[in-house]
Amino acid sequence: MRDIHWLSATFLLAAAPHLLRMPLWISALVTVIAAIRVLQVRLRFALPRKWLLALIAVAAAGGILLQYRTLFGRDAGVSLLVIMLALKLLETHSRRDGMLLGFLGCFLLVTNFLHSQTIPTALFMLICAWLLLATLIGMQYTGIWPGWRQQLQRSGVLLVQAVPLMAVLFLLFPRVQGPLWGLPQDAYAGLSGLSDNMSPGSLNNLILSYDVAFRAEFKDGKTPDAKDLYWRGPVLWDYDGRTWTAPRLTQSNEDLPETGDLEYTVTLEPHNKRWLFALEFPGQRPPRAIATRDMQLLSFTPVRSRMRYDMTSAIGVAYGADEDRSVLARSLRLPATSNPRTGNFAAELRSRHREDRDLVTAVLNLFRTENFVYTLTPPLLGEHPVDEFLFETRRGFCEHYASAFTVLMRAAGIPARVVTGYQGGEINPVGGYILVRQADAHAWVEVWLENTGWVRVDPTAAVSPARVERGIASALPRSDPLPMFVRGDFAMLQRMRLTWDSITYSWNQWVLGYNPERQRLFLSQLGFSEASWQTISVVLLVFAGIAVLIGAGLALRDLRGVRADPAKRAYERFCRKLAQRGLPRGAAEGPRVFARRATQQRPDLAAAIEDITALYVGLRYAENSSDAETLRRFKQRIRVFKP
Amino acid sequence: MPPLNGTLTAAAALKGRILDWIFQWRGPERGTIVLVQRRVFILPTRQGLLFAGVILLMLLGSVNYDLSLGFILAFLLGASGIQSMLHTFRNLANLRISAGRVSPVFAGDIAEFQIRIANTARMFRYSVAVTRDRKTADYVDVPADGETVATVLARAVHRGWLRPGRVTLFTFFPIGLFRAWSYADLDMHCLVYPAPANPGLPLPRLQAGDGKGGTQGQGQDEFAGLRPYRPGDSPRHVAWKAVARSDVLMTKQFAGRVAAELWLSWQQLPPEMDAERRLEHLARWVIDADAEGLAYGLRLPGSIIPIDSGAAHRADCLRALALHETTADRT
Repeated sequence: MRDIHWLSATFLLAAAPHLLRMPLWISALVTVIAAIRVLQVRLRFALPRKWLLALIAVAAAGGILLQYRTLFGRDAGVSLLVIMLALKLLETHSRRDGMLLGFLGCFLLVTNFLHSQTIPTALFMLICAWLLLATLIGMQYTGIWPGWRQQLQRSGVLLVQAVPLMAVLFLLFPRVQGPLWGLPQDAYAGLSGLSDNMSPGSLNNLILSYDVAFRAEFKDGKTPDAKDLYWRGPVLWDYDGRTWTAPRLTQSNEDLPETGDLEYTVTLEPHNKRWLFALEFPGQRPPRAIATRDMQLLSFTPVRSRMRYDMTSAIGVAYGADEDRSVLARSLRLPATSNPRTGNFAAELRSRHREDRDLVTAVLNLFRTENFVYTLTPPLLGEHPVDEFLFETRRGFCEHYASAFTVLMRAAGIPARVVTGYQGGEINPVGGYILVRQADAHAWVEVWLENTGWVRVDPTAAVSPARVERGIASALPRSDPLPMFVRGDFAMLQRMRLTWDSITYSWNQWVLGYNPERQRLFLSQLGFSEASWQTISVVLLVFAGIAVLIGAGLALRDLRGVRADPAKRAYERFCRKLAQRGLPRGAAEGPRVFARRATQQRPDLAAAIEDITALYVGLRYAENSSDAETLRRFKQRIRVFKP
Repeated sequence: MPPLNGTLTAAAALKGRILDWIFQWRGPERGTIVLVQRRVFILPTRQGLLFAGVILLMLLGSVNYDLSLGFILAFLLGASGIQSMLHTFRNLANLRISAGRVSPVFAGDIAEFQIRIANTARMFRYSVAVTRDRKTADYVDVPADGETVATVLARAVHRGWLRPGRVTLFTFFPIGLFRAWSYADLDMHCLVYPAPANPGLPLPRLQAGDGKGGTQGQGQDEFAGLRPYRPGDSPRHVAWKAVARSDVLMTKQFAGRVAAELWLSWQQLPPEMDAERRLEHLARWVIDADAEGLAYGLRLPGSIIPIDSGAAHRADCLRALALHETTADRT
């Protein structure tokens, strides 16, 4: 009965994060089942029969199939597990059933990490594991139950004593790079990031996201100014009059110029795409990645787990003065019929400015001086979005400016392309790194100038210099919606937030980011670089052995004997004296019984024996057992006792 | 086929010797047996293997989905499981086992062997079980610096001395992933009286003393009082009304009017009766005579117990019957 309460409560707690995410009917079903089980223990009504449980199970599986269209996806699988565990709760009668349910509860804990691996989740799951272990312990008491405090304490002791071995296994157990089998399609649902196309309004969702895109740590603390931090991502070439798209990613692998004096390390959050972000222009290729002709860095496989790479960059330079003709032709292409007014305006500009450079400056000046507004909530645009934006609404966001600028350039005969990525980032003085969020997503332009090459131009900076100098929060009107805390109104909160993010960064680096590669690194720091698996096994066994010995030392400490009560020890000395004279005290003989027998056999000692026994009984079993004077007298009597 | 047979026996003997060596079986031990570390054995239970399977599953999932925290949790729980092995081990280690009280029983009854388990450590030992036959076990808790008595049961088949044999102490505490066990072969004995014949023969006629009182003094007429029930008392004499009132079995006692000499003798029984049957009838007579409060003596071939009465005398007589010409010695 006690065990059922523990099992139900722990199960509900471990499933709680899932229940909050799941469709309402599943959460309700599971909660009701657990409540029924607890009530049943109290009210003792009959539990549902096996066939009814089977019926519920089949019906629930059908419901899941309808809900998720599969039984084996990540979410469907977890839902099925939770329901089956709840039903098992109704069918738990013996200790063996209870233990099985407890074990499966441990598995349920791990499924929570599919959704979140943050510090709060980790702490919550640790508490769940603690309670689960206590539940399993509770089932083993057959007689005296020492109470829930003791039960929890015992479970906690077990967990704490397991920490050394856990640490050794975590660090040294050979890691394999997953996945081992095909992941269900929804495995990476909910990862946000830039995409390979851009149309008016597509970046807005990203801007409203507070999620971390990546963090970068500069070597020697040489952090560039915020206005120079352009993190390059997808390069968009093709325009259909409304949407910019990246060409099918070319597999050609370019040699990078190996220039760049800016050294830094990027820790990229998973975004399920292949782009690796670097400041323009990258000077080296991360491992397992290629560099394309337009200077994008692409990982071999989509980034599905947090990854870390070292980078060098040269900023504020141009490249590709000898660009291929076909490439330049492509960066001039425009759809024939769209945005006619922009085309005319470009021709007019061309006639006024012979030099490409002058033309670029003229357009930037136009953005700066005319009444263009930088806002997250621009009006909707119709069939010719660039025309409408440039000549009518004039309210827009970085993607509007980048798009309009590129179309103008191409129309004027200057090769141009849209670059998306992130701009700026927040310097975390606590952790000494730059934190880049999805909210820092940005779009800008690169134009190709004769004898110079590709040069970055940011039309948004012309409209709203604050955007690139101080970040998005300062650039937007206060009425624009932004994720909480991005504005940083409260200094205290700001400080706490930065500290918390710095802790998260270390957590990501050292706990979540511990992968096969890091393990190799760690082993080489231990002095086992390029170690064979035999060596690793031996290292693992040696350290695990040490950890088990530590655990054994901690566990077996409690086997030490009790330091007996001084009165008892003195009395034992008295018994030994009598035993030497052929009067051993029987194992089950109480002091009084023994005294009676002893005085019968040795009437000459009767007075001393009775005196000592009376004192002893008083010291051991009476209320005032801690009477120092009596104890002293008692010891004295025994010292002088000569049988 | 003698050669094969011989090999088999040799193999069995070897196996026996290996087991003896592993488990340190060396026959009954006198005094207190301390379950030192060498004597405590430990193996995972079926549940333990199941738990290992679940941990493995957690690790596979963590590899597949690249869940660093999954690794940590799986390793933490796995390490806790391994640590629990030490906790299970220590729950049994250093216990001190000694023989406790054993009361004589009649053949056919269940003998109860009390086994004293003393704990000198400062930790409480929960759920320590003692078993003889691996089917039923007595679970006890042994307090820190304390002692508990566990009971193992054995069916007494034959009269004489009954030994409980090797008992197993085991524990699953604290999680049940491991079973630690130890053997104790205590030098303890239960005296098994012959099963009283049922129905027995009537008590032999009293031999009248020197004319004091009548010859019909069966001692069943005059109700003299109640005394607590003792095994072997005739159900006819149980005071059922008293039981209904107090839940305690009481036996009615009757005072014989006559103090006469009653000799229960081997020779009084029919000559065609075999020795065991004779002992059973004698046991019945002893019980009946005692129940009636008579003074009686016992004559067996080779031993005579003089006339007396009372509980101690009854025990002496039954003991003599139990051990009559037994070859199995106490030692």
